[in-house]
Amino acid sequence: MLQEWSQLPWLSLIVFSPILGVIVLLLVPKDRRRFIQVIGAGTALISLLLSLLVYIGTRNAGMVQALTERYDWISIPLNLDLARPQGIASWSFQIPYHLAIDGLSLPLVLMTAIIAFGAACASWSIRHRLKTYMICFLLLEVGMLGVFMARDLFLFFMFFEWTLVPLFFLIGIWGGMKREQAANRFLVYNGIGSALMLVAFMIITATAGFGIDPAASHKGQFIYSGELPFLLQQLQQQGSLAMMQLPDNPFYLSEGWKMGAFVLLLIAFGIKLPMFPFHTWMLRVHAEAPAPIVMLHSGVLLKMGAYGLIQFGMVLLPTQMAAFAKFIAVLGVINILYGALLALVQKEWRLVLAYSSMSHMGFILFGAAAMNEIGLQGAVLQMVSHGFISALFFLLIGALYERTSTTRLGELGGLVASAPWLSGLLLLAGLASLGLPGLSQFPAELLALIGLFDSMPIPAILGALGLVLSAAYVLRAVLRTTYGTPSRGNERLYDLRSIDAVPAVMLGIGIIILGIWPGLVQAPIEAGIEQVIHVLTVRG
Amino acid sequence: MDTIVQPLQWSDLAVLAPELTLVLAAIIITLLDLFVPKKWNREWSGVLSLLSLGAALGFVIWTIVDRIALVQQGGTLETIQLLNHSYRVDDFALWIKVLLLIGAALIVLMSLKAPANANLGHRSEYYYLLLPAVLGAMMLASAGDLITLFIGLELISITTYILVGIKKDSRGLEGAFKYLVLGGAASAFILYGMSFLYGMSGSTNLMEIGRMLNLHAAAYEPLIYVSFVLLLVGIGFKIASAPFHMWAPEVYEASPSPIASLLAVIAKAASLVLLFRLAFNVFLRLTAADDQASDQLLFLYQDLSTIMLVLAAVSMIVGTTMALREHRVKRVLALSGIANTGYLLVPIALNMLGAGTPYSDSFASFWYYLAAYLFAVIGAFAVWIIVERQSSMREQSTFAGLYHRSPWLALAMTVFMLSLAGIPITAGFVGKLYILLGALATKALWIAVVMMLTSAVSFYVYFGFMRQMYMRQGERDKVGFAFPQQAVVVLCLAGVIGLGLIPNLPLNWIHLVFSVPADIFTQ
Repeated sequence: MLQEWSQLPWLSLIVFSPILGVIVLLLVPKDRRRFIQVIGAGTALISLLLSLLVYIGTRNAGMVQALTERYDWISIPLNLDLARPQGIASWSFQIPYHLAIDGLSLPLVLMTAIIAFGAACASWSIRHRLKTYMICFLLLEVGMLGVFMARDLFLFFMFFEWTLVPLFFLIGIWGGMKREQAANRFLVYNGIGSALMLVAFMIITATAGFGIDPAASHKGQFIYSGELPFLLQQLQQQGSLAMMQLPDNPFYLSEGWKMGAFVLLLIAFGIKLPMFPFHTWMLRVHAEAPAPIVMLHSGVLLKMGAYGLIQFGMVLLPTQMAAFAKFIAVLGVINILYGALLALVQKEWRLVLAYSSMSHMGFILFGAAAMNEIGLQGAVLQMVSHGFISALFFLLIGALYERTSTTRLGELGGLVASAPWLSGLLLLAGLASLGLPGLSQFPAELLALIGLFDSMPIPAILGALGLVLSAAYVLRAVLRTTYGTPSRGNERLYDLRSIDAVPAVMLGIGIIILGIWPGLVQAPIEAGIEQVIHVLTVRG
Repeated sequence: MDTIVQPLQWSDLAVLAPELTLVLAAIIITLLDLFVPKKWNREWSGVLSLLSLGAALGFVIWTIVDRIALVQQGGTLETIQLLNHSYRVDDFALWIKVLLLIGAALIVLMSLKAPANANLGHRSEYYYLLLPAVLGAMMLASAGDLITLFIGLELISITTYILVGIKKDSRGLEGAFKYLVLGGAASAFILYGMSFLYGMSGSTNLMEIGRMLNLHAAAYEPLIYVSFVLLLVGIGFKIASAPFHMWAPEVYEASPSPIASLLAVIAKAASLVLLFRLAFNVFLRLTAADDQASDQLLFLYQDLSTIMLVLAAVSMIVGTTMALREHRVKRVLALSGIANTGYLLVPIALNMLGAGTPYSDSFASFWYYLAAYLFAVIGAFAVWIIVERQSSMREQSTFAGLYHRSPWLALAMTVFMLSLAGIPITAGFVGKLYILLGALATKALWIAVVMMLTSAVSFYVYFGFMRQMYMRQGERDKVGFAFPQQAVVVLCLAGVIGLGLIPNLPLNWIHLVFSVPADIFTQ
């Protein structure tokens, strides 16, 4: 089906479909609440349907790499007068608009669209300045979808950085009591992260990215480009400038520069992931941001760091990744255990979940550090699975807050009596989160652990302790909320309404399907990972 | 070099049309101001200045279009030199003049019908002082001789000394006095540095100085350092780069907003252009002139370049960190200007690292970043003029709740701030990316890291405006604003977004006509 339609710019349609909603919203007066809500959710639904269509289409045709879109965009001609290079007639710096979906990004795009739809539905609970909220929300969705599709370092950076702005407003305007501090901290941490990322990208582009223009009409036309396929070709080709160690070759990408670039990337993505010493901003965001935004933040935005580490760090600089694998695995252990232990003592639902996110992101680090097929499959599966689980959690926490006006564990209890659906789904999310077989987290974490066990058994064993701890903290939080006696004033709560139930059930089904049939997303992931593994083996 | 002094020909006047337009307009406004009765509204002098700036801009663009067409037809470009090589009309000068004139026109436009508390004093006086300032800036861009350079510099300095104090209240006068004293000292430094250049070479002509220094670099080495450092200190004051920046926040604060933006954009740009010319002609020309520069010369360049990069880094760090604790709007913009001076110094310095590195693009990246900075800062000042009329406060909190009062204005301010912060699809982002490419092509990793880290930290500063506009409660009254300011905001918005989305367009044209040997090196 998709083939006949393949002329259409599917990827751009997915990425920019939310813009359509923004335009409509701009024309709507701000007191038409219901209309704005419908437009917001409807727009998110459109991009969900589009990405579902692409997902089905690409799977059927077995053409995982088939969907690409590439247009020339920025091309800055560079002056030659002082450089006097030999054999170069012209050079320029190019940023093409290059989107593509491969096996690695396909599940993540679909996950993003699903969670965004869920979060748009959950935004029913937003009370004030709904129109501005929805506009920011949709702009954020553009950035998130773009991140997973961009195939040029700088285009990726633009989408990545773009998410900062709407998210800053979403946290700072609609957050809790300390929303402004949370927004500031988020902004500065992530700003520093992306600044370092840009430096790393530019190091790679200024060396490995320099080569003969593939579209050249004359001899001697060279470009600087951060386009991923171009970079890979340059790095794998033996005779390319970046590989030649000559005393007067300014384009030689030495081991020292590679190491520098990798460290910068590790810090940049580590902040987003978040990795152990850089996690404080994310706790604040979890604690302060409105629930639908935390769904996106915890569900999607954290994955951008993990995705970047695999898609850019590992693919472009595999030897450095291998050199750092042990270090990353150790960081993974710290993430898992530190997060789990702290989750055990939190008195606030949001913080339990924040630390639990941190703990689960450790398994993604495991999968990446394993650097083999199984480990990577686990890592990607974990991204999708944790995306669904944390989105479901925060959807329910948001619903809970709407009913009880509190998310403190001590003030909750006995929820099951009055709101069985809410409690049931909360239990489902909890069980998934603790890694119950049959639910999505189990295969993901299992694969990551098995993958790592091959090369580094000790971190893997230590990490497995995290599973035990997660059972403890999840059950503690869930059971305190659902059983026991209801606190005063919370005896009669209404259960989920259809507007909460639809996304909640959708996410729940996603978790179950992924758990019993991980092959559904594993097949495309496998195809994506084969490319990564191919790169790894080709380049040692 | 021929030493016969060539007098100005009639045909040369056509080449000088942009400058002469401004001179003429300034004279006409002065005379009219004398003879027109006091009771009459002085708004016409602003309109007249705007027209003259527009005409000058038209002349410049006409010349540029001519030159582009000539290249496209396969012709070769010639640099027009006047008055014994002391005044040059080349692509460097022309493209810089485009920016200067656009900036000046926007500033005049935002001063039209400016609210009373912008306090532009006796209106005509403001305009006939502003035009010579722009003229001085244009002379700096075109100068091929130390004398021309200095006259241009003094023209812009002296007019701005008066303009800062135009309010004639105590604060304005204090600011003007500070500016005068420090500016005078800076001019003295520059003059002293120039005297060394003259002493070493026996000429005031930039090309001649460069040639002589190149020949005798070994003998003059210590003196080259001395003159360079003296010049850099003097220019450092003029461009407000740390550690010579202390005057900037106070003087901006003391002067009316349009004049503060004149200082922040036109005066700063002009002095940076001066540094650009000097650095290339006098101190760099040498590797380009002969291929086998001695190792000693290379060391010299690297030293000079490193000194400049350190100055740049200090500016970025000081400007950004001081802005973190500042709440007064004009001071924040002044400090942001200091940080941006640092970014603008980077491309100038990088080429001096030059030799053997794959980088020679400092002019285009300098021009582009300057354009990005110009639109964002003038736009921000225009918004501030609109906002400040509502209250006598000078704090950022005047912006509180602007989004509720006037959403489009808040949105425009947001875009300007995003551009200054370097967020994608604005001009500021591409500008920083472009400079970053140069830094890493020359393997100057440290300056790249300082640049990006300070720009990340500066998010906090620029988003401070957003915090006020969107997250705080402020006054309830709608913001009323006159058409001219509105037009400035819209034009700047178009500039910021347009340059960010299609940077290729102007850069392709520059690439077409511009070449370092013909346009920067005077010959």
